[in-house]
Amino acid sequence: MTTTPAAAPRSRLEPAPIPRRDFLGLAAVWSAVVTLAFAALGALRLPRAAVVPVPSRKFRVTLPEALAPGEPFVPPGRAVAVFRDAAGVFAVSTVCTHLGCIVKRDGAGFACPCHGSTFALDGTVTKGPAPKALPWLAVAKAPGGGLVVDEAKVVPPGTKVRV
Amino acid sequence: MTGMQRFGANLRALPVRVKESVVRTGRPTTDRSRSSFVFGNVFLHLHAVRAHLWTFRWRTTWGLGIMALSAFLVTLGTGILLMFYYKPYPEAAYWSIKDIHFVVPTGRLIRNIHRWAAQVMVLAVFLHMARVFFTASYRTPREFNWVIGMGLLAVTLGLSFTGYLLPWDQLAYWAITIGANIAQSPREITDALGVTAWFDPGGLQKFILLGSEDIGEEALIRFYLLHVMILPLALAALLGVHFWRIRKDGGLARPADADRRLGDAGRSVYPVFTDAPEKTYHLAAVVRGTSPAVGGAPERTVPSMPHLFYAEAGVFMLTLLVCVALSLVSDAPLKEHANPAVPENPAKAPWYFLGLQELVAYSAFMGGMGIPTIVLLGLTLIPFLDRETEGTGDWFGGPGGGALVARSAVFGLGAVIAVETIAIRFGWIREWWPGAPQLLITFVNPGTLLALAYALWSIWCVRRYDSTRAGALGLFTCFLCGFAVLTVVGVHFRGPNWGFYWSPASWPGH
Repeated sequence: MTTTPAAAPRSRLEPAPIPRRDFLGLAAVWSAVVTLAFAALGALRLPRAAVVPVPSRKFRVTLPEALAPGEPFVPPGRAVAVFRDAAGVFAVSTVCTHLGCIVKRDGAGFACPCHGSTFALDGTVTKGPAPKALPWLAVAKAPGGGLVVDEAKVVPPGTKVRV
Repeated sequence: MTGMQRFGANLRALPVRVKESVVRTGRPTTDRSRSSFVFGNVFLHLHAVRAHLWTFRWRTTWGLGIMALSAFLVTLGTGILLMFYYKPYPEAAYWSIKDIHFVVPTGRLIRNIHRWAAQVMVLAVFLHMARVFFTASYRTPREFNWVIGMGLLAVTLGLSFTGYLLPWDQLAYWAITIGANIAQSPREITDALGVTAWFDPGGLQKFILLGSEDIGEEALIRFYLLHVMILPLALAALLGVHFWRIRKDGGLARPADADRRLGDAGRSVYPVFTDAPEKTYHLAAVVRGTSPAVGGAPERTVPSMPHLFYAEAGVFMLTLLVCVALSLVSDAPLKEHANPAVPENPAKAPWYFLGLQELVAYSAFMGGMGIPTIVLLGLTLIPFLDRETEGTGDWFGGPGGGALVARSAVFGLGAVIAVETIAIRFGWIREWWPGAPQLLITFVNPGTLLALAYALWSIWCVRRYDSTRAGALGLFTCFLCGFAVLTVVGVHFRGPNWGFYWSPASWPGH
């Protein structure tokens, strides 16, 4: 062990040289910290699988012949209302934009059972906490008759398809 | 002695040696041996060796903390039993609950007890929080234990929420739907600002909860994991710290003059130093305070064993009795199998979330995330913002006292009833001005106005009584009133399409 002579007090601007052991120790600690931080960053990807299986959002629908103009037709088990009027057919989602309950035909429009939002038949909000109008969904003519509704594809309100 | 003789002697001494190796302090018959017993036992030593007589008055605690713990232990035991038969998979979950109810011997009773104990736990946690607040027991050095308590409240509510999702019935499915969309509700803000495309914390939160775009097997297994593993472990860890700190903070909070006020009434104080001393101490190390109390107990304390243990066991048995009795007369509900196409009408959360559901019915983001965060944060900060000492350990202690609490209750009830009446009778901004921007509705709705009114009342209390404790008393009382009224409105006065009805009997038929 070497003895060092008592050093003159140093100013803050020229600090004492760091001992080699301290330097190595600090380097080891910070290496470990950085490694753990990067490992944790990588683990943040864990909650989201690389492939998320999602059922097909497209489905076929055939409107009943007797469907009155401007009246919604809800295919069984689907959260979509399909309309037919003079300008063509269109589809409006029935998933409430507030918290995801399924709205039902009620009075002059749709009503949500969970928190009381109401919508006009064209999807605009008339009452309650829903922040946005019900989105219109893409409708296309299906080969061989009938329609195909794509729940994953939102179209601007007013988009109607001639059939 | 031959080897065989020694072996025989060891064999005969086996029961005694095993017993001595387990319990090293012998039979706890004297105060000192009882103290050693408590001190040397890993579970019991969460208690201090001695407890102050103030602890034992009913009106000090009403046993609420131990009641919450007891209910947790009951849910823990019954929950482990339920795990034998419950299958966390969408196609199987509902039918496994049916099996537990109808096929598994005692399954129905165990599930009922689990459910009732959970209800008792939520109620006890709320009342315990109110007790600690109103007796001003959150003060130095107990600030951090109050913060831990807030964590326990959040975990308790998380356990309840994840628990009622598991049966995969209609309530479960629509509760997950609503819960996941509340997690997504920051979109209410980001959509209004038009930045959702590249900054979407709401969508991320929802995806982390559900593990998929849709509610299905990934969502169920995540909630199951939270319910049976992550949250119980978190609760147990926080509980350990919570109890340990009670001991380290010097037992339950009590008034500075508790000894004098106890007077001669109540239990006589056990003599402490009746045995000959086994060790010598520096006097300064034993006695705190200004003068040593020679020949008497340091304070008006009694040994935790058996007095505190009897009290705790009594509360535990009472809690168990309540849970079992309720379970015998009322079954845990199970609705129809989850149907993603048709929500229930009305779809109601359990009672302790119905106040939130009422707020969510004005704005998803403010009601579901904004206001709960503000309330939880405000409650957490109370011990750091009120640093006074007057009234510690007394019910409604502090400047203003019971009169202030009564006034605040009148104001709190009046404000919440007024806001609800306006919203129910006249509707809200969207009905008056259909084109109102969403941010206006998010930030100006009955929930935020109520929070603002309560905050202003609290500031008025601080000024009127020149006391931060008065402000805290006013705010907390208002919070309790608001919570109670919103809960009652949600439970009793809301019907189909979340409309207002004077009683469920007047709901329209379907």
